[in-house]
Amino acid sequence: MAEKILLKGNEAIAISAIRNGVDGFFGYPITPQSEVMETLMKEKPWETTGMVVLQAESEVASINMVYGGACCGKKVMTSSSSPGISLMSEGISYIAGAELPCVVVDVMRGGPGLGTIQPSQSDYSQSVKGGGHGDYHCIVIAPASAQDMYDFVDWGFELAFKYRNPVIILADGIIGQLMEKVEIHPVKPRRTDAEILAVAPWATTGKPAGRERNIITSLSLEANTQEAFNRKLLAKYDAIRENEVKFSEYLTEDAEYIFVAFGCSSRICEAATDMLREEGIRAGVLRPITLYPFPEKEIARLASKVKSMMSIELNLGQMVEDVRLAVNGRCPVGFYGRQGGNVYTPEEIADAFRKFNNLK
Amino acid sequence: MKEEIIIAGFGGQGVLSMGKILAYSAIMQDLEVTWMPSYGPEMRGGTANVCVIVSDRKISSPIITRYDTAVILNQQSLDKFEQNVKPGGLLVYDPSGITRVPERKDITVCSIDAIEVAAELGNSKVYNMAVLGAYLKMRPFLNMENVVKGLEKSIPARYADMIQKNREAIEKGMEKVKIISESAL
Repeated sequence: MAEKILLKGNEAIAISAIRNGVDGFFGYPITPQSEVMETLMKEKPWETTGMVVLQAESEVASINMVYGGACCGKKVMTSSSSPGISLMSEGISYIAGAELPCVVVDVMRGGPGLGTIQPSQSDYSQSVKGGGHGDYHCIVIAPASAQDMYDFVDWGFELAFKYRNPVIILADGIIGQLMEKVEIHPVKPRRTDAEILAVAPWATTGKPAGRERNIITSLSLEANTQEAFNRKLLAKYDAIRENEVKFSEYLTEDAEYIFVAFGCSSRICEAATDMLREEGIRAGVLRPITLYPFPEKEIARLASKVKSMMSIELNLGQMVEDVRLAVNGRCPVGFYGRQGGNVYTPEEIADAFRKFNNLK
Repeated sequence: MKEEIIIAGFGGQGVLSMGKILAYSAIMQDLEVTWMPSYGPEMRGGTANVCVIVSDRKISSPIITRYDTAVILNQQSLDKFEQNVKPGGLLVYDPSGITRVPERKDITVCSIDAIEVAAELGNSKVYNMAVLGAYLKMRPFLNMENVVKGLEKSIPARYADMIQKNREAIEKGMEKVKIISESAL
């Protein structure tokens, strides 16, 4: 039987990194995710698995250390919160351009600017639409519990290596600070050099006789070459959109109204749904687990049979744009949000729902 | 069963760790838990609070604004949270931190002189466990055996000698809790 322990979401990221054979973590402290590196430093994995944990001089340095580690085919990651992720965005674009795998954790806080240390979901657009420059996408996965924080590290690396693409674990201050029961699984050892060669034959691990040099770069000055590369990326993103969409549903089977919400908001919407159901209103929740790729087909399917949908987000309305694109006019789409680190209660969401749908 | 609890007091009173030990004990009894601290720009000497939910079913929202139980360790927290206890609910407070007694008649009100318990046991650090004991006496949904396991899981190995002291404080808290007024409901 798997062992069950009580962990904060942030601690779960750190423990999972150690137990899933991550080779390196490079970070810089920022609330509300500082427990990630604090836990790693306390656990001293360099003495057990050989994992490197390093506090860099800045976020810019830490993402470039990730870039370097990823070139060598290593499982490397960083974590930060909103303003720190902005600083890393150049590096993330380069990593996407160099087609390298890595995991970046964003435990979102309120912005813009230095903003507040309280929870928020206002980096949706930054993570899903770009953040850095150029035509690229990160795979974005959104945990809603401490268990997800634990599980998504391993899943994130699986996706990152499968597609040679950066993966963002888009959490928020609530999921980072929330302590819950976490089931931990058997330890996955770090990859050996031979295993790295097998899984990452593109890595710069030293050129043996008998094969060409591996070159990792995001620079290509010839227009046709660059365009061919952009098209190659498009084919990759198409494959990701086709194969990797993940979502969960709560009482959508007979629902007449749907909440669309990710991360902590999806759980608050479940509680709001329970309240509305007690009044005889058939509500349900669709939770996108992958934000990129977005569950657009499922949203379109549900939109054809419900009276309305509402996107509930801790921001001014970011994901709602993608919901509207997926719904494509099939039903009315509403939005309710809180900002600045304030978090809605289930009652508040139920009230906003009644108002939008002209009920009572 | 589902119990939604807020524990509130000054930073340094052991509010967060009391919540953690309660949560870990509930896990040992195979219950579901969430533990959500207030993590604003708090500082030592400022107020601190944590919401703990214990349930035999999966917990949806960890964000709650109405409580089955409020454990109150200072006046600011009493002023802020007394009104948010659900009718028929429970309020446990430490009189040494309070200048105005709770006024609600539709909830059960109890007091625990946890400073006295800690003084009797000769260790101020077990203060919060006396409060936990008082709470668990009023809401006896955990076996002592699981509470001890919860303590063992929460207390770092180098303080293992504190487990027995904490257990004594919990048991003393259970003995010393006083019912001030029963809910009129």
